[in-house]
Amino acid sequence: MAQHTRKGAQFQAVTANRLADGIVVYLTADAQWSESLQDAAVAEGKEAAEALLAKAAPAVEDNLVVEPYLFEVVREDSGIRAASVRETIRQAGPTVRLDLGKQAELSGVHS
Amino acid sequence: MYRYDEFDQQIVNERVAQFRGQVARRLSGELTEDEFKPLRLMNGVYLQLHAYMLRIAIPYGTLSSRQLRMLAHLGRKYDRGYGHFTTRQNLQFNWPALKDMPDLLAELATVEMHAIQTSGNCIRNVTSDQYAGAAKNEIEDPRIVSEIIRQWSTFHPEFSFLPRKFKIAVSGTPDDRAAIRVHDIGIQIVQDAKGNIGYEVYVGGGLGRTPMIGKKLTDFVPKEDLLAYLEAVMRVYNMYGRRDNMYKSRIKILVHEIGAEEMKRQVDAEFAELKKAGTLHLPLEEVARIEAYFRPPAFEDLPNESTELNKAVLADPDFANWVKSNIAEHKVPGYAIVNISLKPIGGVPGDCTSDQMDAVADIAEKYSFDELRVTHEQNLTLAHVRKKDLHAVYEALKKHDLATANINLITDQIACPGLDYCALANARSIPIAQRISERFADIARQHEIGELKINNSGCINACGHHHVGHIGILGVDKKGVEYYQVTLGGAADEKTAIGEIVGPAFTEGEIVDAIEKIVNTYLGIRTEGERFIDTYRRVGIEPFKENLYAAH
Ligand code: HEM
Ligand code: SF4
Repeated sequence: MAQHTRKGAQFQAVTANRLADGIVVYLTADAQWSESLQDAAVAEGKEAAEALLAKAAPAVEDNLVVEPYLFEVVREDSGIRAASVRETIRQAGPTVRLDLGKQAELSGVHS
Repeated sequence: MYRYDEFDQQIVNERVAQFRGQVARRLSGELTEDEFKPLRLMNGVYLQLHAYMLRIAIPYGTLSSRQLRMLAHLGRKYDRGYGHFTTRQNLQFNWPALKDMPDLLAELATVEMHAIQTSGNCIRNVTSDQYAGAAKNEIEDPRIVSEIIRQWSTFHPEFSFLPRKFKIAVSGTPDDRAAIRVHDIGIQIVQDAKGNIGYEVYVGGGLGRTPMIGKKLTDFVPKEDLLAYLEAVMRVYNMYGRRDNMYKSRIKILVHEIGAEEMKRQVDAEFAELKKAGTLHLPLEEVARIEAYFRPPAFEDLPNESTELNKAVLADPDFANWVKSNIAEHKVPGYAIVNISLKPIGGVPGDCTSDQMDAVADIAEKYSFDELRVTHEQNLTLAHVRKKDLHAVYEALKKHDLATANINLITDQIACPGLDYCALANARSIPIAQRISERFADIARQHEIGELKINNSGCINACGHHHVGHIGILGVDKKGVEYYQVTLGGAADEKTAIGEIVGPAFTEGEIVDAIEKIVNTYLGIRTEGERFIDTYRRVGIEPFKENLYAAH
């Protein structure tokens, strides 16, 4: 499997899939889950990242999300960007069938 | 076609009801994800990158128009208006919600279909030849044994927890369109000197991380002993297959480790025991009962030549191209086999919209006895079309972008979902297939190149059969960047071969040019009438290597 994050990653966020419909979600600063990467809480450094991941546990207990994990992000003027192809595809949909779904809504992401 | 009896329908309905309860308990938290995951997988429900994925079994690839219309409806109601036909003759939906799954499966059950045993360590959907019942040199319709195997293996208690998944394929003709030698068990229907029909059995083929070609364990199993023989193979595997290491758990590894001779000895011993017990002896009346479901439809007496067809071919060059590549010979005079390509230029191999499914269902109803086939090369087949109707069928398909004339040509590629959908992927495979398709769009050039199969997988699991593509493309991940490794010389037919790696992998930017170089190398050195694979077998990998890497 493609790796989710890199050992020396500076910035990381937490993602999971929503239990009821499987949709990709991101953990926000107030421990909610958003469908937009731009709402994600970004942790800097290893310890902050582990602390952020720990905040995902209650949502697993409460059967809201499944399989939360950390992944590397990059902060840019235009917003948060996923570092890997895999996470970019999870964020913005497949790079095919650009006529529907998130691919169509977030059309700038797969340039 | 096979029709469910009361018992079949009841167990499928009960399974839906059971899963409905399991989903409700998962959503309410009574079941944890760890408890629920194996239960959902037993019902074909995976969690992928974006959403849940549902894999629906299409037994030996045969569908009625009514069933296809149901799949179209499910795609519209529970998904995003399209589905993906796979190399295992299944259909995958990419976006259904878990909470809707029980309703979806209940609707599916009304057309005698389900998603049972499409995942997990059990005997999976039996695959077969899409030309079943229509092929010229067919010894027996392979769907008869496929159905018998389906009934025997469904919910077989002894084989619900095998060391690993188990795949069986059946071919009824000497030319193999079902890739039987890369399955755990491959069955070749044969006839002995006295005219008796029996089965040649290959064991231990497979793709994935360790590709292997199946070994022939027997030349002839009589009809009434087939289940006893298969059960013997399963028992040996169940007993000795490795459960300690997932990468070594398939039967191919067992056969490789103990050797074909020893495997044969063990299977023969087990087979003798089972025959003595006699419980798996197949009464010929039972075989006849199943056979009756697959009786040939009411073919008309027709002249083999059709003047309507000949006229249309002369008048319409696009139609002529389609006839040249997409039509195969039928055993009955005046009929033809129609292959519907799901590989439009620049399209997603195997994807089909709900509107297209409805259109194909209507065409099959009107022109091909109300049924159709799904192929392991991710296309559809209308098995019995009158030659004089071919032009009308073509016109109807064209309206729905289903008349691409490219079967067995370079743009008729196999591709797994890859990193666009699959949680196990290392790299995308669909966009690579799309770019190759666009590069070779010109139909005259495609015919000039001739038969050439390019297979794409997004990781070493090889769902896109890359090992057995004439040209195989495997996506790999190098520090988060997608790379593509190329193999040459694979084949999945009666001369099955595993492709050889040509050299260092290519980037996404380089891969299409690399494929074009390989094709040009072939065009430069082929002799009269040689297909790509023939040239490769004659000259080996070196000339391709030289041209590919010379400039690097
Ligand atoms: C999208 C979710 C999928 C997952 C999670 C998945 C998973 C896997 C895994 C883990 C293997 C390797 C098994 C082994 O070697 O023991 C495999 C093999 C295979 N899968 Fe898939 N697969 C998926 C989709 C597909 C699709 C879409 C197809 C058809 C296009 C397919 C057809 C196959 C085939 C033909 C093989 C290789 C044959 C063999 O079993 O040796 N799979 N898959
Ligand atoms: S080959 Fe790999 S990437 Fe492709 S569908 Fe199979 S598991 Fe997924």
